[in-house]
Amino acid sequence: MNTLPDSADVVVIGAGIAGNSVAHHLAQAGWHNIVLLDKGPLPDPGGSTGHASNFIFPVDHSKEITAITVDSMHQYEKLGMLTTSGGIEVARTEERVEELKRRMASAKAWGIHSELISPERVAELVPFVDTSIVKLGFWTPSAAVVDPLQSGALMREQAQGLGALTVSANTEVSGIDTSGGRISKVRTDRGDIDTDTVVVACGVWSPRIARMAGARIPLVPVVHQLIDVGPIPELAETHSEIGYPIVRDMDPLMYERQSGADLEVGSYAHRAILHEPDDIPSYEAAQLSPTQLPFTQEDFDPQMEDALELFPGILNTPGAGIRHSINGLLSLTPDGGPVLGETPEVKGLWSAASVWIKEGPGVGKVLADWMTHGSTEVDMHGADIARFYPNQRTTTHVRARADEGFNKIYGIVHPNEQWESNRGQRLSPFHPREVELGARFFEVGGWERPHWYESNRALLEEYADRVDDRPHEWDARWWSPIINAEHLALRERVGVIDLTAFAQFDVSGPGALDYLQRMALAQVDKPVGKSVYTPILDHNGGFRSDLTIIRLDTDSFRIIAGGSDGPRDKKWFTDHLPADGSVVFTDVTSAVCTIGLWGPRARDVLSAVTEDDVSAEAFPFGTARYIDVDGVPTLALKISYVGDLGWELHAPFDQGLKLWDTLFEAGREHGIVPAGIGVYGTTGRLEKGYRLMGAELESEYNPVEAGLALPKVKSPDFVGKEPYLRARERGPDTTLCTLTVDECTDSNGTRRYPQAHSPILTTTGERIVDSRARSSYVTSAGSAPSLGEYLLMGYLPAPYAAEGTGLLVEYMGEQYPVTVVRAGRTPLFDPDDERMKA
Amino acid sequence: MLLVLVEDDSGAVSGASREALALAHELATKLDVPVHAATFGTGEFTTTLSAHGASVLHRIEGPFADDCSPEVRGAALGELIRSAGATGVLAAGSEWGNEIMAHAAARTGEAFASNCVEVDAGREWSLTRVRGGGMLLEEAELSGAVKFVSLVPGSVEPTEVTAPGEVATESFVPEHVDDLVHSKLVERTTSGTGASLATARVIVSGGRGVGSAEGFASLEELAGLLGGAVGCSRVATNSGWRPHSDQVGLTGTKIAADLYIACGISGATQHWVGCMGAKSILAVNTDPEAPLVSRADYAVIGDIHQILPAVVERARERKKEVQGAV
Amino acid sequence: MKVLVCIKRVPAPGGKLSLTEDGTDIDTRHLGFTIGPHEECAVEEAVRLVAEHGGQVTVLSAGPPEVEEQLRYAMSMGANAGVLVEQSAQDPEATARALAEAIGTLESEDGPFDLVLLGNESADAGNYQVGVRVACSLGRPVVGGVKGVEVGAEGTDVFLRRESAEGIEVYQAPLPAITAVKEGLNLPRYPSIQGRLRAKKGPVRTLRPEVPQGGLRTVRLRQPPEKSKETVVLGYGADAADSVVDLLVEKGMV
Repeated sequence: MNTLPDSADVVVIGAGIAGNSVAHHLAQAGWHNIVLLDKGPLPDPGGSTGHASNFIFPVDHSKEITAITVDSMHQYEKLGMLTTSGGIEVARTEERVEELKRRMASAKAWGIHSELISPERVAELVPFVDTSIVKLGFWTPSAAVVDPLQSGALMREQAQGLGALTVSANTEVSGIDTSGGRISKVRTDRGDIDTDTVVVACGVWSPRIARMAGARIPLVPVVHQLIDVGPIPELAETHSEIGYPIVRDMDPLMYERQSGADLEVGSYAHRAILHEPDDIPSYEAAQLSPTQLPFTQEDFDPQMEDALELFPGILNTPGAGIRHSINGLLSLTPDGGPVLGETPEVKGLWSAASVWIKEGPGVGKVLADWMTHGSTEVDMHGADIARFYPNQRTTTHVRARADEGFNKIYGIVHPNEQWESNRGQRLSPFHPREVELGARFFEVGGWERPHWYESNRALLEEYADRVDDRPHEWDARWWSPIINAEHLALRERVGVIDLTAFAQFDVSGPGALDYLQRMALAQVDKPVGKSVYTPILDHNGGFRSDLTIIRLDTDSFRIIAGGSDGPRDKKWFTDHLPADGSVVFTDVTSAVCTIGLWGPRARDVLSAVTEDDVSAEAFPFGTARYIDVDGVPTLALKISYVGDLGWELHAPFDQGLKLWDTLFEAGREHGIVPAGIGVYGTTGRLEKGYRLMGAELESEYNPVEAGLALPKVKSPDFVGKEPYLRARERGPDTTLCTLTVDECTDSNGTRRYPQAHSPILTTTGERIVDSRARSSYVTSAGSAPSLGEYLLMGYLPAPYAAEGTGLLVEYMGEQYPVTVVRAGRTPLFDPDDERMKA
Repeated sequence: MLLVLVEDDSGAVSGASREALALAHELATKLDVPVHAATFGTGEFTTTLSAHGASVLHRIEGPFADDCSPEVRGAALGELIRSAGATGVLAAGSEWGNEIMAHAAARTGEAFASNCVEVDAGREWSLTRVRGGGMLLEEAELSGAVKFVSLVPGSVEPTEVTAPGEVATESFVPEHVDDLVHSKLVERTTSGTGASLATARVIVSGGRGVGSAEGFASLEELAGLLGGAVGCSRVATNSGWRPHSDQVGLTGTKIAADLYIACGISGATQHWVGCMGAKSILAVNTDPEAPLVSRADYAVIGDIHQILPAVVERARERKKEVQGAV
Repeated sequence: MKVLVCIKRVPAPGGKLSLTEDGTDIDTRHLGFTIGPHEECAVEEAVRLVAEHGGQVTVLSAGPPEVEEQLRYAMSMGANAGVLVEQSAQDPEATARALAEAIGTLESEDGPFDLVLLGNESADAGNYQVGVRVACSLGRPVVGGVKGVEVGAEGTDVFLRRESAEGIEVYQAPLPAITAVKEGLNLPRYPSIQGRLRAKKGPVRTLRPEVPQGGLRTVRLRQPPEKSKETVVLGYGADAADSVVDLLVEKGMV
């Protein structure tokens, strides 16, 4: 009945919390002529927003999710749609007690007020809980419930009030046209709309809609079961939607919240029940709504018993029955995070999917910023849809990981926990040898990377006096002392590290130099054969990436970037390619394999297998050239991320195995050892103070703060130059520091090893926050075997960013004294870089 | 011979029974057999029966005649079918008709197709019947020595024959109903004034959009003004706003009014099958996209609490104008 | 008293039904199943009767093995035991024969049920006859369309109330008796969590009577034709009152 405009600046598809919020914030950001469509009716078009349990616990281990959640809560509050009830996570087991302590540390790190409370206090707050089975509570007074449907309606109204929004319900999208890889038109059953920008905010249907344009949104609809039990007089007496705090019964992976006279019981404990976006019933065919599927009782029976244990009284109220029970659909991605941002396949096609109610309004803000300015304030590396490699966007992968990930939603997930399903997706040519050597593989981007080698266990004896074991199981989980032994062997002799997971791009053509100058902070115009390490900044001057660029020829460059952010880097670079065709960009990741050969004996090994001159004089640090290694044409780059003499050796993928065997054969007499990413990414790196993208380097921080500002500013313009210049002028608001843990024995006398994301506190236990409200927390943590220390990195504002300052770190409920040993970039180990320049 | 069970509607052949007669005549012409009628009623039916081509009226009589127990009536009808040699039995698909037919079919050991909308006679009868109150149609084959069929009211035109003949009246007293174990009607209360949902010409019905039990006041006012009945959706019943007897829908009453005014009812399938028998539907709803709005003949978009009082007021004025003119 | 309730597994209401490609059955992919609303009231009534008069409620359902889900649901409402009558034929005669035979088997072991409750008509097929046929073959009184059940003071009779076109009728039937009830009889309870957990472990036995098919054979199903005409919008808000009254006058209602 309503008429659609013929053209629009942007078409937002999906009027759930995500779509409404995106439309609202786009209007606030000054977009005109926004069209919001949904195939269902309003205010509840039938997606997950309509049946969500609508409560918000702000604390998450992830910094960006917490930030988006807190912003969302503010937005809900401003709309008058937030009811603060408080919320308690209860622990029934010792393992969960530890997890709640860890959550307490996250709360402190991200600035949320929470408390650990006794079972008695739990009973005071929620008198119906049987506290005899509760060991500890994690109390967050600001936890709340919201009304996302009404919030969405208000957001639409505000955008309509600005004259910027046309809303069309009951409008089904039948096609999305593209032209030259860019959105051109949205087809609907009520007419077509010309547009160059589309936001897919279709929740569980998102993959289906994105596919119309030729893109993949990697998520799968999964069932979350919930029931309502009532009427319960004690709840009815409150005469409110929610009068008692929400309880999350973490061990059986459940929650219970009041909803009027009912207690709503939801579960993430049942088997993963996956659906297909194409098989979700239509609005007409659905019995309740398309995303409220028939309840499968047998999956929920064990949860009922668990719920009865915690709430024996009110759930046994005579006359109280199960009044509502559904298999509600929600979206799950391969890693459980949201999928936000422009799709890598289609320009102008944006995703706002896999968004929980708690994140909806904040996601709208982030996406509107991103679409308007090209960058976001909060670092999005964990939420960016471009974070997935093509192999991670396949249905097989998405389903396998959703199946495995479902029970992790309320689970205790170790920060280094590895996935079990769909492994072995991407194997380096060295993989067979690594398997023979007992490699323990960790996954990045689908690549299998050895984290350490069991074949090196003998080294533990060799270095017995310098390698600690970790007595606490949590600290030792997904870790081995062998890592430290490999580190020492590399520092003393020579190690081989598989670096094939690097993302590598070739950039060539007459415009290549200008293009890279525009992308990189550092001077790229170097002589042929020279390499340069450079930060890549976003438009706000924050970190977008850091990587190495080699000048292979006058108009030809190789970019070598970390494996975990490869797809995001690729998108960033290709997005900025000049339109005139003067630059050819080629992803050579799968064509190249890489070995890091490092250690004092590295030159002895390499010179034994090549006739090329690899002496210090002929092959200085920072240079690259092609050499023959026993018949394998190899691009050798004299550089090191672990701080020792040696090369990255880049070879054709199909000759990799030969390269590996040749090096090991020649290295035998030099005591060569295979070493894992445990050394490369943690121990070697931390001793050298090298920063890691996604840990120290995030869009919230700039090179001045990270200690990566260069002495001179190059004259060509580059992305982020203006804010970079301003940051240089202003000086750092906070400084990246390295700290040592002075004393790490807990109250039980057990030696502990604080991990990343632990809050850094003053000696009196106060949070440290800089002038831009950024808190201090551990960005990286790990052993420094060569120094005999346990190191932490973290940003500290003045006056704490001074060597010798004593501070505290909170880890698993206890605080440990730490000392700032470096403020800025100078490494603790080999501060003058003599070893790698030897 | 095809036998039609005729319902007595205040002394006349009920409208639905006339449809059954018309269909029986059509089938009998094809099969080349006569049409007989049977009734428990006492009305003077012969003129109507003649107009529909029936040749014999069997009045089922006897000591049980005042006993309305369905078992006895069904058994009596069964006995008549056997003794008169009917090969097909037709009736209106009313609650009453279906129940008696079920008994008669069970007694005679024959199959019964209830709630048909189309029937074609042959050696087997091909028919279309409604399922789930009208959500689906079922095409079926009916076999057996005697075919029992009931017809959804309104599915056949009650056309009369061009050359009416004589109707002979015969009395039938069943012999085998005395030893039947059966229920007894022990109490009957006739409901008071006010039109019933099943028979009202106009029904004002309310759903979720009415919002409360009190909200039905304006619906009652309009229904009173129009001489109609008040109905409701399942939401209204489940919310305790109206008694179940007011419910229109699959599990409530199926209505056949001339006009159905649906106020604040979105029109789930469960409700639609109850009201789709109305000749016209007027939907009043805030949501122009509500299913019932798109299925209705007429719609008014807006809040019923503003619209209904205005309609009542205007209707009153109009009545006065008309009376003034007279 | 011993009460038996016969229930049917039917698609939960709410959605538009779609058909399989060959049109012989409904497409059940997205469907949840439930007890027919009439039978749900029958279960509730049986549980209440037994709570008042003592005794046992048995629920019985004929159909595929999946009917166990509905049996367990009825047991979570308070029925004590379930009987699964495995049966593939769906025509009303075969269904009635299977039910009667199953009841015969149960009664030959434990004596007769005082009262057998069924739904007046199933929510899906709506044949309006199964209860009557079961009663005929067992030789018991039966009243359909019932919205009130009361056991007489002596415990030998049951009073069954129903609505007719004219008003209210009450029938008295000697026990053992059968009644086919309608929604509105009561407001069925929601099962409690304890009820659900109890029902999970409750006894369900399976019977497999062999019965011949009846004379009504389904050929195929189809969707009823949709009205294709346009809706005439008479107006918006209170301003539409005049147009509405015009319509009422035109229809002869005013």
